[in-house]
Amino acid sequence: MAPLLDRRKAVAALLKDRDGLLVVCGLGSPSYDVHAAGDHDGNYYLWGAMGAAALVGLGIAQAQPDRMVVAITGDGEQLMGLGGLATIAVARPKNLVIIVIDNGHFGETGMQKSHTGHGLDIAKIAQACGIEARLIETESALAEARAALHGKADGPRLFVVRVKAENAPRSLPIRDAVHLKNRFRANLGLRPL
Amino acid sequence: MIRTDPSAQGAETPSGGGGAAPNTGQKPGQSVSWPAAVYRILKGYDVRHMAFVPDAGHSELIELFRADPDIVSNVLTTEEEGIAIAAGAHLGGARSVLLMQSSGVGNCINMLSLPVISRFPLLMLVTMRGEWAEFNPWQVPMGLATEPALKAIGLRCLRAETADELIDSVAAAAALAYDADQQIAVLISQRMIAKKIW
Repeated sequence: MAPLLDRRKAVAALLKDRDGLLVVCGLGSPSYDVHAAGDHDGNYYLWGAMGAAALVGLGIAQAQPDRMVVAITGDGEQLMGLGGLATIAVARPKNLVIIVIDNGHFGETGMQKSHTGHGLDIAKIAQACGIEARLIETESALAEARAALHGKADGPRLFVVRVKAENAPRSLPIRDAVHLKNRFRANLGLRPL
Repeated sequence: MIRTDPSAQGAETPSGGGGAAPNTGQKPGQSVSWPAAVYRILKGYDVRHMAFVPDAGHSELIELFRADPDIVSNVLTTEEEGIAIAAGAHLGGARSVLLMQSSGVGNCINMLSLPVISRFPLLMLVTMRGEWAEFNPWQVPMGLATEPALKAIGLRCLRAETADELIDSVAAAAALAYDADQQIAVLISQRMIAKKIW
C-alpha cells in the first residue's frame, strides 16, 4: 500500500494558485491546514456547526453560481453531515467541490478512530448519492483534484484525500465569527448593513 | 391525505415588503390565503433561497417557491441542513427562508449556533404540531419544546394564531431578519393548519 499523504502538503498543493477560489473549512484540522497554506479573505473557517461545511459551501455556490467553491473538511465532520451529501446531490451545483481530508480519526478529541478509520468509504457513499467522487492517494491524483477546483462540471464533485493520522503544528485561524462573515462578504463586494 | 379548508381561496392581499402592516382587505367571514400573502412579502424582500423538509401545513407555500424559477429551493434530509445552507447563502449575498415543522426545530439546535454567533440573518417559518387537536402523541413533546428551545439558543419567536397575525408577523420578522441581522422564528399555530386526516 502506498504511504499516506501528508495533510499539510496535500492541502497546500490543492490551494496552489487558487485565484478566485472560495474555501469553506470544516472545524478542526482542516481549518488549520487551510490557514497554514495561507490565510485569505476568501476563506471561511468554521469553529463549530459540525456537519455544516459542505452545506455552507452549497449555499455559497448557489448564491454565487459563477464562482468556484470548495468545502475542505475532515472525515469526522463530513460523517456528521452525511445526509448533506444527498441534499447536495439533488441540488446538483456545478461549481461546488467537497474535499474530505481523511485521516480515519477524530483529531480534536484524542484521535479516536472514526467510521472511516473502521473502513467506511465516504467516496463510495457520495457515488451512491450520484456525486462524482474518487479516492486520492497519490500526488498525481492530487494534481487532478486541484484541477477540478478551477472548472465547473455537470454536478458536484467529492474527493477523499487519505492522509496520515498525526497532529501537525497548530495554525489557528481567526475565531471571531462576525469578522469572518464580513471579511468573506467584503471579498465578494458585499457590504455590511 | 389532507383535507384543506375549502373556503381558503382568500381575499386579495396587497404585495408585501417594507415595514408597514399590510392591509389584507379581508371581509368578515372570508379566509385569507396566507401562503400567497407570505410568498409576496418574501419576494418583496428579494428572498432568493428556500429550504425545507416537507410539511403538510407548508405544502402550498412550498409549491409557490418551487414554481418560481428565480428561487433556489433545496429539499433537505434533515432541517439543520437548511441552517447551514442559509449561512452560506448569506455569505454569498442571497437571502433565505426556511420552512419546517415544529418537530424539525429539535434537529436544528446546535446548528443554530452558527447564525447566532455570526449574526447571520435567519428567518424560519415553523408550522406547529402537538398543540391543537393533535392525533399523534409523538408530536407533543416538540410542540411544547419548540419555543423554549429556540429562545434558549438565542432566537426571537413570533407567534401567529390567525392568518392576519401571520401575515403581519412575517412582514415584521422579515424586516428584523434582513434589515437588522436577527435570527427569527415565526411559529404558525396548529389551529391555522387544516386537520390531518389519517
